[in-house]
Amino acid sequence: MDSPFGLLAELTYRCPLSCPYCSNPLNLGDYHDELTTAQWQRVLAEAQELGVWQLHLSGGEPLLRRDLAELVACARELGLYTNLITSALGLSQRRAEQLRAAGLDHVQISIQSDEPALSDRIAGTPSFHSKIEAARIVKELGWTLTVNVVLHRRNIDRVAGVLDLAEELAADRVELANTQYYGWAWRNRDALLPSRAQLERAEAVVRAARERLKGRMEILYVLPDYYSRYPKPCMGGWGKRQLTVTPNGDVLPCPAAHALPLPRASVHEDPLARIWADSPLFRCFRGTDWMPEPCRSCERREIDFGGCRCQAFLLTGDAARTDPVCHLSPDHDIVAERVRAANEETKTGAGVLTPRPHHGRRLSPG
Amino acid sequence: MPSTRPTPSEKRTVGERGAAVESSSRPKPAPHIRLRFDSAREQHVLLGPESVVVLNHTGADILALCDGHHTVAEIVATLRERYDRVADDEVRHFLGRLTAKRYVVMDDG
Repeated sequence: MDSPFGLLAELTYRCPLSCPYCSNPLNLGDYHDELTTAQWQRVLAEAQELGVWQLHLSGGEPLLRRDLAELVACARELGLYTNLITSALGLSQRRAEQLRAAGLDHVQISIQSDEPALSDRIAGTPSFHSKIEAARIVKELGWTLTVNVVLHRRNIDRVAGVLDLAEELAADRVELANTQYYGWAWRNRDALLPSRAQLERAEAVVRAARERLKGRMEILYVLPDYYSRYPKPCMGGWGKRQLTVTPNGDVLPCPAAHALPLPRASVHEDPLARIWADSPLFRCFRGTDWMPEPCRSCERREIDFGGCRCQAFLLTGDAARTDPVCHLSPDHDIVAERVRAANEETKTGAGVLTPRPHHGRRLSPG
Repeated sequence: MPSTRPTPSEKRTVGERGAAVESSSRPKPAPHIRLRFDSAREQHVLLGPESVVVLNHTGADILALCDGHHTVAEIVATLRERYDRVADDEVRHFLGRLTAKRYVVMDDG
């Protein structure tokens, strides 16, 4: 059994934005009972002992936790490399200086587009100008800056502008991540899925920018897996490299695994080491023994691990099936049909998007 | 901003190549990078934004010599005193990959 390198700490699901591509769970109201500072500190110490080096502080919006600097300081004391994944709303000069003093290593700021009006529209709130201001503060304080952009049908045609903006902000890295369909993004999938022509144009822009910006800005591009021949190597393997702790203390092998009908694991009940090694949740899809055909005899089984369990569940109702993204999957038609629909000429990018609620209010049923 | 990290997908940096490395360059770890010993795994690791590079023995030895004073040629010479076979190309490729990922920076003076 491997030990994990990374912990995704989802400190809160509260968020000032309401992006329709959010991968947080739909039942946000069930996560109001957040871990305390002391409980998070214990989780960080246990993670470090388990082998974790990378701490990803995320949410929701982690800046809504008043103890964020305290948690960063604790992580630094433990020797962890700390990454803040933020909308940047609330990252004032004062707050930034506090986090810098606490030892935060790296800041990742999301933008929704390079066009202020479109960015605000996708985020569901005026936020673009605050993000740009915060990005400047991050660079002034000497941090490594990553600009994160989730790509979808409504903004993927802006990739060139987004890269120009990232360059203007002197970002060290830019991550262009095609939407992955979990949580709110799953609910909004048909309106978010881009066409093949959109993807091809965007990828040509990315290739040219990589060449032009080599050595100055690293460009990460997360592939749109609905258009891929093979599935993504989800989390680098189930219970192999990463773990996630949710705001209420649930421990997951993947941030999307809240949707799966599997036994829970919680920091309220067990230490992380025991959960990692022995919990049914972490053991059920570890390795290759669980695999059905065609994965079991596939030469790529140690490359992509059968793809994503959460995606298999969402698409087929069975988490133990081959990820239907794979062209070898017996369920591949389910994906092919969505892709066909996204490429019909009549489809102009219309379609209704459901914004996720800002502060995790419980939704009315239906 | 919970949409991507660490993604259910592993990030793939398609098509990135190593940078060219001159013998006279003086490599050192970039300021935002930390070199640590992982006692559980008994290996050295390089920590950067969202990434951990696990180093083998030789890699750790090379990094230990990357102090901004030794040139690449001197690093190769030092390694040759320790190991029977040290390919100049391999050391350059290793440093070139780390430079392209901005784990290592070169003083060319």
